Amino acid sequence: MRTILHSDCNGFFASVECLYNPQLRDKPVAVCGDKDKRHGIILAKNEIAKKFNVKTGEPIWQAQQKCPELVTASAHYDRYIRFSKLCREIYSDYTDNIEPFGLDEAWLDVTGSTMLYGSGESIAQEIRHRIKAELGITVSIGVSFNKIFAKLGSDYKKPDAVTVITKENYKDIVWYLKASDLLYVGRATERKLKQLGIFTIGDLANFPLPLLRKNFGKWADILHSFSNGLDFSPVMKADEVSAVKSIGNSTTAIRDLENFEDAKIIFMVLCDSVCRRMREQGYRAKTVCISIRNTELYSFTRQKKLDCSTNLTSDILKASLELFKGNYTFDKNIRSLGVSVSDFEPDTVSHQTSIFVDEKSVIRQEHLDSALDKIKNRFGNFSINPCKLMFDKNLSGFNPKEEHTVHPVGYF
Amino acid sequence: MKQYVSVTAKFDADGNILPLKINWDDGRSFDIDRITDIRYAASLKAGGAGIRYTCRIKQSEKYLFLEDNRWFINNEKEH
Repeated sequence: MRTILHSDCNGFFASVECLYNPQLRDKPVAVCGDKDKRHGIILAKNEIAKKFNVKTGEPIWQAQQKCPELVTASAHYDRYIRFSKLCREIYSDYTDNIEPFGLDEAWLDVTGSTMLYGSGESIAQEIRHRIKAELGITVSIGVSFNKIFAKLGSDYKKPDAVTVITKENYKDIVWYLKASDLLYVGRATERKLKQLGIFTIGDLANFPLPLLRKNFGKWADILHSFSNGLDFSPVMKADEVSAVKSIGNSTTAIRDLENFEDAKIIFMVLCDSVCRRMREQGYRAKTVCISIRNTELYSFTRQKKLDCSTNLTSDILKASLELFKGNYTFDKNIRSLGVSVSDFEPDTVSHQTSIFVDEKSVIRQEHLDSALDKIKNRFGNFSINPCKLMFDKNLSGFNPKEEHTVHPVGYF
Repeated sequence: MKQYVSVTAKFDADGNILPLKINWDDGRSFDIDRITDIRYAASLKAGGAGIRYTCRIKQSEKYLFLEDNRWFINNEKEH
């Protein structure tokens, strides 16, 4: 049987801010995006703010209505990345099987370390103590025999706690939890489950599988195995880099985009960042996807396949703008835009050229991109830019490549 | 209170850093007589986390923290 830990830093961003500002510690604190840049939502809150029912993702004004004394702190990503790294260094004293899930969560497979450091629970307690003493923030850790139950364990008791879920007691702990606590049961799935009379994870585990399949297709098997503790997915090794499936950037613009020219400026910055990242990682992409969100917060995505795979900024930009023109008419102004590329092949393999494309100009573009990359790497993102971006520096003055942060990716 | 200080330190051949002297803003400086403990620790009073040196300076014990590449102390004793 495996021993798996899931460690979750409690209110990570807020805890780090409270550590650096001791005078905030006894007040309700929320870390927020930059209001002036229109990123004014709650990113994280501390335990006191949680008692006022302040929720992650809600706008600042709404949180302040619930909790008038709420102290808002601005985010310092460099600190969070540093603390995330320090946490991982502590984990790596116990195992090399560490799979990060965002900045603040990680799975640890300590099966091979139990002979050295004691049971899963004692390792979890030691990690909890060390992170509190060495980093001044708290974690809650779930200990179990699979990743799903370990994650449920870390959510079970917060903050600064260890929960052990074994094969003997999981029916008493896990099965009484709400079905929506399970990974991959979101709002839509929860609603569908409720219609079937499934409210708890126990209900889900005992629900006849064929009937579940009828409603959920292949997800039925996954939900069934998750709820019965039959998840066998391994914890990835720390140095194992999973194959990248897509690279993307998105941004909420500093003001609403009113016309095609505004949108083009944003697309130019986004495509530049996406393509630089793609070239750094050594890929060419064949599919381009854009996402659009208007001022009513209605959003949608559109994607297209290219004739040949490419990593040229100009190609990706052209495809994005074509997609945009073909799918948006500016009946509403735009709040945010995103570009992502997928369907990768390594840039080291030779690729099929086209007789309709002037390959000489492609090579010229490649040289241009690599020269621009070098200049930007050496002198910074804003050292060289297309003239168009200079017309509206407010709009184009963001740097998605460096401001980019890693968010939790899918479980599969 | 978190107070950043100027420190004279020794880098040995293995890359270890040992503080030797704390230089105060007003020109006074204090020799560190002995370092009794080195460990990673958070300072809840000063607000920060890094490598904590427990230093003996003229019969009194002080915590000196190295956070990234800045040194800080807090005047009150912790724990």
